[in-house]
Amino acid sequence: MKLIHVLSFIPFIGMLGMLPFANKVNPYILGMPFILFWIVMWVILTSVIMAIIYRLDPSNKEKTDIK
Amino acid sequence: MNAALYIIFAFLLLAILLGIRARKGKNMDLEQWSVGGRGFGTVLLFLLSAGEIYTTFTFLGASSWAYGKGAPAFYIIAYVSLQSVLCYWIFPVIWKYAKEHHLISQSDFFVSKYKSPYLGILVAFIGVISIIPYIVLQLKGLGIIVSMASYGLISSNTAVWIGVIAVTLYVMISGIHGTAWTAVIKDIMIFSIVVFIGIYIPFHYYGGMEPMFKHIQATKQGFLTLPGSGLSISWFISTVLLTDLGTIVWPHTFMANYSAKNAKAIRKNYIMIPLYTLMLLFIFFVGFAAVEQIPNLKGSESDLVLLKLSIKTFNPWFVGLIGATGLLTALVPGSMLLMTASTLLAKNVYKVFVPNAREKQVSNLAKYLVPVISLVCVFFTLNGGKGIVLLLLMGYSFITQLFPALVCSFMKNNFVTKQGAAAGMIAGVITVAYITFTNGSIASMFPSWPQVMKDLNVGIIALILNIIVTVTVSLITERNIKVFTLKNQ
Repeated sequence: MKLIHVLSFIPFIGMLGMLPFANKVNPYILGMPFILFWIVMWVILTSVIMAIIYRLDPSNKEKTDIK
Repeated sequence: MNAALYIIFAFLLLAILLGIRARKGKNMDLEQWSVGGRGFGTVLLFLLSAGEIYTTFTFLGASSWAYGKGAPAFYIIAYVSLQSVLCYWIFPVIWKYAKEHHLISQSDFFVSKYKSPYLGILVAFIGVISIIPYIVLQLKGLGIIVSMASYGLISSNTAVWIGVIAVTLYVMISGIHGTAWTAVIKDIMIFSIVVFIGIYIPFHYYGGMEPMFKHIQATKQGFLTLPGSGLSISWFISTVLLTDLGTIVWPHTFMANYSAKNAKAIRKNYIMIPLYTLMLLFIFFVGFAAVEQIPNLKGSESDLVLLKLSIKTFNPWFVGLIGATGLLTALVPGSMLLMTASTLLAKNVYKVFVPNAREKQVSNLAKYLVPVISLVCVFFTLNGGKGIVLLLLMGYSFITQLFPALVCSFMKNNFVTKQGAAAGMIAGVITVAYITFTNGSIASMFPSWPQVMKDLNVGIIALILNIIVTVTVSLITERNIKVFTLKNQ
């Protein structure tokens, strides 16, 4: 398994796997209860991680039109 | 007539005009009509995927969940974001295969991979029976939104008819191009109106986001976290994962991805989709604000919460804008679903029984099936009693049953046979129906299991049975084929 595949698991671990530790109200961050902030943070991180994967993914580097 | 009504109609008209205009300069054969001639770039793809995420169901449902259930509502943004990770990997592969084999529908994919047009019929039927309740749900939502936002001047039934006629018209004329172009105004409205009300309402009533949540926390202990049992953490995780598998195999998601002009456009789209789910956050905020402002809505009444609070807060012209947004969130996915269902029936059912039908005939049939499916959906929307409620509950779990055969088809040496795939799907669908009719849950079926297991989403049982049957039947039929070929040698 390559690095880009391993990276794909991180959003699942963050958003779902660590949920038991994030299931609380305090502290409030950006006006949101902690659990909501946690999920929102991982939504944003998911996009960031996907962008990194896109950069690393060799299939995006090929010049041909259909790839 | 009031201001709200004028605004809603103005947007409806705009949607129809844009939808029809989308056809311009295109020769509408089936490939152009259903999958946009495979020429869509990242922007149009994004509009199509965003259309599926932000449906009427999310518009009304997300606010209703936040209002009625609290923190469990967050599962919606979690599943949509994680879904795009899976889609990033799966859809470029599917797209490439579809392009090489000139596939139009999702069912085509199974026909081509398993070399069985009859499996295609089964897949098409499962697709259509899952899509119809999905459209009905959009129409029900549309009725509620328009009748409330027009302050009751238009009845819900009239609104359903008007909406259906509009959507049927531009789908028949422009197909997927119509969906993409109406999605443009839909998303402009979401980015402006929804974001505005999501921020304005908490500040207006509570003086900010944090004071609002603190207020709720003080009056409703435990509302802002996942409970210990029921809609607990294990419910959350299993539901997110199961819904993710389900959303990938929706037939219209396949067609949206077929429309891409290259695989890069698909990957770029799924980088952006998680960020788009943050738009749902603002709907949650409105739902939470309503906990104190519109108390005591029970059951299906809580679906009205966003509109009730909007009417209480804003002038009619602004309620009209919210109503128009709601209307668009029904039209966009509704149009895509209608087109998908009619393509499935024309290409994967009719064409199998009439093999010498010409391309043009199939393409025309697909277009003429649109009003037929529309009428069926209107019938269920206006007359559906208990039956349609059960169908609604089942649609999502039905479609998930296509998942095992789909994943196995990616393997280099796929051991799953067409008989195995079909038997697995049928077993899964029957299990879903049985569980829904008996209102079963894992807790009721296995009362002695620990709480963590009991709260698992009940759809898992159907999926496991499906996999077992798929594997068993595949192994048996594969052996028979081998014996048969040995004898013949």
